[in-house]
Amino acid sequence: MWFTLAENAVMTADSHADSHGAAHTSTGLSNNKLGMWLFLGSECLLFGGLISTYMLYRGRVGEGPRPSQVFDIPFTSVSSFVLLMSSLTMVLAVSAAHKGDDRNTYLWTTVTALLGATFVGGQVYEFTAFYNEGMGFTTSLFSSSFYVLTGFHGVHVTVGIIMLMSIVGIMKRSKVPGSKSETVEMIGLYWHFVDVVWIIIFTLIYLIPA
Amino acid sequence: MTTETHSTTEHGMSNAGYVRIAGILAAITALEVATYYIDLGALFLPSLLIMMAVKFYIVVSFFMHLRYESKMFSWVFYAGLFLAMTVYGIFLATFHFFS
Repeated sequence: MWFTLAENAVMTADSHADSHGAAHTSTGLSNNKLGMWLFLGSECLLFGGLISTYMLYRGRVGEGPRPSQVFDIPFTSVSSFVLLMSSLTMVLAVSAAHKGDDRNTYLWTTVTALLGATFVGGQVYEFTAFYNEGMGFTTSLFSSSFYVLTGFHGVHVTVGIIMLMSIVGIMKRSKVPGSKSETVEMIGLYWHFVDVVWIIIFTLIYLIPA
Repeated sequence: MTTETHSTTEHGMSNAGYVRIAGILAAITALEVATYYIDLGALFLPSLLIMMAVKFYIVVSFFMHLRYESKMFSWVFYAGLFLAMTVYGIFLATFHFFS
C-alpha cells in the first residue's frame, strides 16, 4: 500500500510539474525544491516548539528518575554516529543519481535506509530500557516532553525510511517520472534535515545536563 | 522570458570530499561526547553549543548543498530557523528559563 501511495504521489507531483512548467519557472528555481525547503523551514518551528517545551520541563521529574539517571550516553553516541553516517550514504546516493549511476543509487539508498532502521531500533531499545527503569510517558513532565520530542523525531526517521525504500522500488520498476535525480535529492534533503534535528537533540537533551 | 532551472549537477563536491566532511563530523561528535566526561568548567556549555552549530552548518551547507544552491533556498530555510529561534527564545524567556 505504501509503495502504491508513494508511486502515485511522485506521479502526481510530476504531472503537476509538467502542467506548471517546473523546468521553466518564474523564479528560475525548481518548484519541487523550493517547496521542500519551505517545508523544512516550517519543520524548524515544529521541532523548536518540542525542544523548547523539553528544555522548560526537563527539571520537573516529580518522583520519577532524573535525566542523568536514565540516559546512556555511550549508547546514544553510537546511535548518533549511525545517523550521522547515514547522511554520508544519502549524499552518496544523491551524487550517484546525478551521475545516472542506478546501481550505486540503489546501493546507497538501501544502506541509508538500513542505517536509519538501526537508529530507530536503538531508539525502541532505549525507550524500553527507560520504561523498565520507571520512566513511563506520564511519570513526569520531563518524561512526557522527552518521549514526545524524541518520538516525533523517530517518526520522522521512519517516514524517511519508507520514502527511501519506496523510491528504490519505484526506480527498480523504472516508473520514476521526470527527473529521477531530483526525486532522490528531495528525499535526501528531508533525510539530512532529520539528521540535523538529531544533532541539536543530542547536544541539548543528552549532553547538557538538566 | 525563459529562465533555466538551477542544475542539480552543479554541486561541486566529489565523493571523496563528502567522506572527508563525514570524517570531520565524526571527529566533532567524538569531541562532543568527550566533553561529557572531561570537566571543562565554564567552557563546557559554550564549547558544546559551538560544536553543535558547526555540525549543523556543515550538514546544511555541504550535504544539503545549500552552499551551492540559489540564495532563495537559504533565505527560505534560515528564515524558518530564525523565526523558530526568536519565537521560542521569547517563549523560554517568558518562563524565566534563562534566569
